[in-house]
Amino acid sequence: MPHESAPVPLHTRRTHFDPADDLRRLAADGPVTRVSLAPGAGGEPLWLVTGHEEVRRVLGDHTRFSTRRRFGSRRAAEDDGERPDEGVGLLMDYDPPEHTRLRKMLTPEFTVRRMRRLQPRIEAIVAERLDAVERAGHPADLAELFASAIPGPVLCELIGVPRDDRDDFLRRCHAHLATGRGRQERTAAGSAFTRYLAALVARQRKNPDDGFLGMLVRDHGSEFTDKELRGICVLLMLAGLDNISGMLGLGALALLENPDQLALVRDDPAALDRAVEELLRYLSVPHAPTPRTAVEDTTLGGRLIRAGDTVVCSIPLANRDPHLTAEPDRLDLARDPVPHVAFGHGIHHCIGAALARMELRIAYTALLRRFPGLRLAVPVQDVAFRVRSTAYGVERLPVTW
Amino acid sequence: MEVHVDRGRCAGSGLCMSYVPAVFDQSDDDGKVLLKAARPASGAAAAVRGAAARCPAGAITLSGGDARGR
Ligand code: SF4
Repeated sequence: MPHESAPVPLHTRRTHFDPADDLRRLAADGPVTRVSLAPGAGGEPLWLVTGHEEVRRVLGDHTRFSTRRRFGSRRAAEDDGERPDEGVGLLMDYDPPEHTRLRKMLTPEFTVRRMRRLQPRIEAIVAERLDAVERAGHPADLAELFASAIPGPVLCELIGVPRDDRDDFLRRCHAHLATGRGRQERTAAGSAFTRYLAALVARQRKNPDDGFLGMLVRDHGSEFTDKELRGICVLLMLAGLDNISGMLGLGALALLENPDQLALVRDDPAALDRAVEELLRYLSVPHAPTPRTAVEDTTLGGRLIRAGDTVVCSIPLANRDPHLTAEPDRLDLARDPVPHVAFGHGIHHCIGAALARMELRIAYTALLRRFPGLRLAVPVQDVAFRVRSTAYGVERLPVTW
Repeated sequence: MEVHVDRGRCAGSGLCMSYVPAVFDQSDDDGKVLLKAARPASGAAAAVRGAAARCPAGAITLSGGDARGR
């Protein structure tokens, strides 16, 4: 568990919207470097991959770079590499064929068309949050009232958590996932959260509705264990909360800092798809996907990676690779979409990408429409960034309009 | 240009369909890519090349005359 005073791991360090200088220096040394991510804190050396091409090679090759092996190598002594209970259903920690089996059943629930069915509900959620911003008056904190408040209810909508249960559900979920708390407190919150999910799964098994869980048990009920279904819900929360709140807060800030580009998007809704892709690339809120373990000796970017070595891919650096696009450090919302890796690559490519894209599009549009005169209420150097999280973001974003 | 899709590799992102709906579709049954036009009109070549480059699973390959662009 990270401690408040522990140094921020190297691969998560940023300066405003950019990867931090010490991280950039590493990338300048070559696309694959041997580093310790937490120097002085006992972090074991591993490979940091910073080139776009090399990142795609690692993430695109699950036979040489495994996510499952993490358990095997790290926990082998204790339990023969058995998946710990809390890891059941967490897709990103699975390799084929287990991964293929689960992913195949989930993929149809996340198609672009399916996600469009959620659109009116997401619009309503976003509108409620904007009402709250308006009610708060000047200055209002967009991080708290907008960025952090949207993804939770959207995920509840997706999973099928009844409206009356949502506040409770999200509170337990946050307590369960929060890393800053004591172990006992987390365990207690965790079992309350698991109990609720178990009841939800049982209810859907008996009386499946049209939501995601209902469809899963209707179409594949006997192929999933209850534990897997619970794990899949946890996975969605893990993947959907910080990443989306990070994108919403940082994206709003990036737009406010670039008024000419903001005008471009506000006046032309058709330009928004492009803009969202560029914001995903430029902001790269997830620091890194699940670390991979090399299965065999492999040469990558001119370095020999040995079987058993840990490989971490830097999303922000890969997405700023000069081989990927011209002037990668410039935010250019009119840029032709580039093949960024903000959602990962290969078999673990984010299953919720279509939902994320739609959510961002709806939320940015509604924000700009509701507050055409939106601007920062503090000097930009007073914006507080979120540095200890799996996804980068803003901690506070006071605005006025 | 001829378009080939490897449904075994497809990660079901629906990205190709969003970019070039005339050429790609996404199956409601398994969420994976469906090819609507294996030989797209030459006017669509650039968009199809873009979709192939962006496919997060490397599931789209191109062959024939304008597969590489100029
Ligand atoms: S872009 Fe690639 S992964 Fe996504 S649906 Fe099309 S073929 Fe499948």
